[in-house]
Amino acid sequence: MDLLTPEFGLFFWTLLAFLTVFFILRKFAWKPILKGLGDREKGIADSIATAERIKQEMAEFKSENEKLLAQAREERTLMLREAKDAKDKIIGDAKEQAKIEANKIIIDAQQQIQQQKMAALTEVKNEIGNLALEVAEKILRKQLNNSEGQEMYMKMLAEDIKLN
Amino acid sequence: MHKISKQVMNKKRLFSLMVLTFAVFGATFYATAQEGGNNEKPKNEAAKPASAEEAKAGKEKLDVAKVIFGHIADAHEWHLFSIKHEGSEETPVAMPLPVIIYNPDNGLSVFSSSNIAEGKEYNAGNVTYVLDKSSSMKEKIVVKGNPDAKIYDVSITKNVLSMLISVVILLVVLLKAGKKYNAADGIKAPKGMQNFLEVVIIFLRDEVGKPCLGNKYQRYMPLLLTIFFFIWINNLLGLLPGGANFTGNIAVTSCLALLSFIVILANSKKHFWSHLFNPPGVPGWMKPMLVLIEIISLFIKPMALMIRLFANIMAGHIVILALICMVFIFAAINTYVGAGFVPVSIAFAIFMFLLELLVGAIQAFIFCNLTAVFIGQSIEDPHGHEVHEAHA
Repeated sequence: MDLLTPEFGLFFWTLLAFLTVFFILRKFAWKPILKGLGDREKGIADSIATAERIKQEMAEFKSENEKLLAQAREERTLMLREAKDAKDKIIGDAKEQAKIEANKIIIDAQQQIQQQKMAALTEVKNEIGNLALEVAEKILRKQLNNSEGQEMYMKMLAEDIKLN
Repeated sequence: MHKISKQVMNKKRLFSLMVLTFAVFGATFYATAQEGGNNEKPKNEAAKPASAEEAKAGKEKLDVAKVIFGHIADAHEWHLFSIKHEGSEETPVAMPLPVIIYNPDNGLSVFSSSNIAEGKEYNAGNVTYVLDKSSSMKEKIVVKGNPDAKIYDVSITKNVLSMLISVVILLVVLLKAGKKYNAADGIKAPKGMQNFLEVVIIFLRDEVGKPCLGNKYQRYMPLLLTIFFFIWINNLLGLLPGGANFTGNIAVTSCLALLSFIVILANSKKHFWSHLFNPPGVPGWMKPMLVLIEIISLFIKPMALMIRLFANIMAGHIVILALICMVFIFAAINTYVGAGFVPVSIAFAIFMFLLELLVGAIQAFIFCNLTAVFIGQSIEDPHGHEVHEAHA
């Protein structure tokens, strides 16, 4: 039974030492260590969360960028097509216009040519008429210079009258 | 590189020191057994050791229980080994320790334990103190002529010194580790000893503190950690050859159990007491019996803590010592049988030693864990009841 009866001295020293160790360690070891561990765990968790968030944001940015890029590409294609269309249209229009203009010019030219031809013809006709008149005048003057010619002319006129 | 080689060297040195101490111990035991060393009647033994009959008688007097309990029990001096010169008495080599006695009649006396060693008497004023070794399990300082006189012996005994060494180790290691958290921001990665401590601390926090105490665990963590490390380091120191059987002493475990009992009671909530004195869902006629059982169980809890640690550590020490003593038991029959048994005994002792290393950690953990469980029961909130049940 001696083993089961606690000695006062050892009990006393154990109590004293344990309480001393407890209070010293609580203040200078356990509290800073537990706080440090907690802070570190929190810090790591926060860092991971931040990294995750940034990763997500980056992914979002990336997808957004890709979307923008695709949109830009599409727009470019569209603009190119539009430009091509516009070019084609302009060229087509210009060709049409040119054709119309050309046709008009040709028609005008033809008309003018016609007019000038007609004018020239009229002039030629007039010239010819005048020439014929002059010739006739000259012939008549020559024929009617003498009495025989006058008589003959008179006879011809008389015949004409008679005929009427 | 230099640092590492130095560490390795230190470890080697420590190991060889342990081997040496162990060998010295073994040799002392062996010599004692061979010569039938008996301090009480040295003259008979020393006079004619060559006589076969006397030697046989000496061998029969090998008192294993006395040897074992001599190592288990507390002592006023730290016995290291004994030297026996040819033809002379065996002289024990021991470190004397301070004896502090408070006698209500005579006041405080402080003197070296060498003054009362080997049957000497110390005269302190009106009274004379002697060391009473009549009990095989425990030595005791008594007043000569009046053994029943009430005196308070608060000597720095072997166990107390061992504990003080453990306290110094604890403070040095843990304060050094604690400083690192004060100096740097907590995010910094741990280094060296800090790494090892963190594993243990986090384990206790996550496996003991949080499950048992819920969200109030932070308040009790310092106590639980101190209990664990205090018991553990003392268990390990007790395993060193020549070490004291500190945690295998009922005074120590009763002190620790009392402290945790005080913490359990001091933090208990109304809910705990209402459950104790008015257990819900029990028929009225059974209540008195149940309350009685509950009250008994309240006191059994710290008793269990006390006895569990004490018995485990003491049993471990006894088994190791018994295994080593077997060499001398067999040597008492025949020297060659004893020598032949040495490898078997050492192998078993090493196995037990390794087992005790494990038990030392496990018992420290169990003490800490049960304290947490009991505190958890006493601080339980009425709301948290279901949650706790689910946890258990």
